[in-house]
Amino acid sequence: MWRGGSDGRYVDYDVPQRDSQTVLDVVTFVQRNIDATLSYRFACRVGMCGSCAMTVNGRPRWTCRTHVSKVAKGGKLKIGPLANMPVIKDLAADMREFFQKWQNAKGVFAPSKTRKDPIAPIKPDDPARIAANAGIECINCGVCYAACDTVRWNKDYLGPAALNRAWTLVNDERDAGQGARLAAVSAEGGCMSCHTHESCHELCPNSLNPTASIAGLKRRAMKAYVRGGE
Amino acid sequence: MNARLYILQRGTAAIMAPLVLLHIAVIFYATHKGLTAGDILARTRGSVAWATFYGVFVLAISIHASIGVRTILGEWLGLRGRARATVAFGFGLLLLMLGLRAIAAVVLP
Amino acid sequence: MTMQTTAHRTNVLWLAFLVHRLSGLALAVFLPFHFLVLGLAISGEASLDGFLRWTDQPLVKLSEAALVGLLAVHMLGGLRLLTVENLGWFSGQRRLAWIAVIVAFIAAFAFLISVFK
Repeated sequence: MWRGGSDGRYVDYDVPQRDSQTVLDVVTFVQRNIDATLSYRFACRVGMCGSCAMTVNGRPRWTCRTHVSKVAKGGKLKIGPLANMPVIKDLAADMREFFQKWQNAKGVFAPSKTRKDPIAPIKPDDPARIAANAGIECINCGVCYAACDTVRWNKDYLGPAALNRAWTLVNDERDAGQGARLAAVSAEGGCMSCHTHESCHELCPNSLNPTASIAGLKRRAMKAYVRGGE
Repeated sequence: MNARLYILQRGTAAIMAPLVLLHIAVIFYATHKGLTAGDILARTRGSVAWATFYGVFVLAISIHASIGVRTILGEWLGLRGRARATVAFGFGLLLLMLGLRAIAAVVLP
Repeated sequence: MTMQTTAHRTNVLWLAFLVHRLSGLALAVFLPFHFLVLGLAISGEASLDGFLRWTDQPLVKLSEAALVGLLAVHMLGGLRLLTVENLGWFSGQRRLAWIAVIVAFIAAFAFLISVFK
């Protein structure tokens, strides 16, 4: 397990193996029985909140939903904090930049009506609604961001989660902020920086497809650019 | 990468797809009996068609490759801002000049 | 040493990206030399012909076949991206990526056979 900040190191711990043990169980065992100074995050323990995301054997995943028996190589596990984020301490990464990029991508709903207006009738089989629904289950766990090499190589890149959210809002007909949003995702570091590696799609624990969302954003941004004639 | 560069790169890629197919076909045709300068020049000398074909090709590739190089400079070598823009633009200019010179070399009588 | 995600690098579509980038880089490096060689015709047919005789060597022919393959794989990979980006998402990306590589290999091989006959 990684101990310390960015200048830390891996420390070995021996943990008894149990049936149906998850990687989160292993981390918890170390903190409770071996070294109480180990820092890590978790909340629900049942694969709903995404708080326990860590790098396990080089792959970012939810530790509460990862069985040790499926990933341990020769009885060994390598556990570290999520990549592409500064390390706070041990297994906890600093997610502030991840959330800031969410804001920068205008991944926030901009209302167009008040409570006095009638409710907007959205048909569930409306193509835009279907597109939005395909991406709204994101719980900001950061796995896709940690997996993305473009995030790693390009510090301006907004990242798959932020852009995926922007896409769901681009498809929300009630939203009034489309102009600012399209401008935000077409700038340097926006959707055009995506190289379709598909690591996000491959590793998202909720089976979302940010690559597809970003491809959709590219089309919208291109249309807006051509029409806007900038 | 921003909207303008993206459109230029994807646009030149789309333009070049048929040009590349034709170019590969020409390569196969020209080389299968053994390539000589005489054969090449007999086809290209004084040909407006070849000049136009390769002219468009050279212009497109200069734009396309320089934008691609720009991305690699940024992502793998950490170059940014003016330094990156200068190197990438310089490379594009190099391709354009050498490419047009090559076309002149084989087309002009 | 900061954390690194490495397990995704065995994903076929990530490898497709790497092939696309490296083939583009190789072609970009090759192009100035290609243009310079053609420019030899400025000094007359004999000058270009002299160079072309040098390229008759088997090792050069092998490199030329590799270049044909690189051009084909770069274009086909690029077409896959253009399709996904403009015509909407479709499944079967992995299969297409493999097809691109196989077709490129065939093109390079066909070139090799054609020049070694």
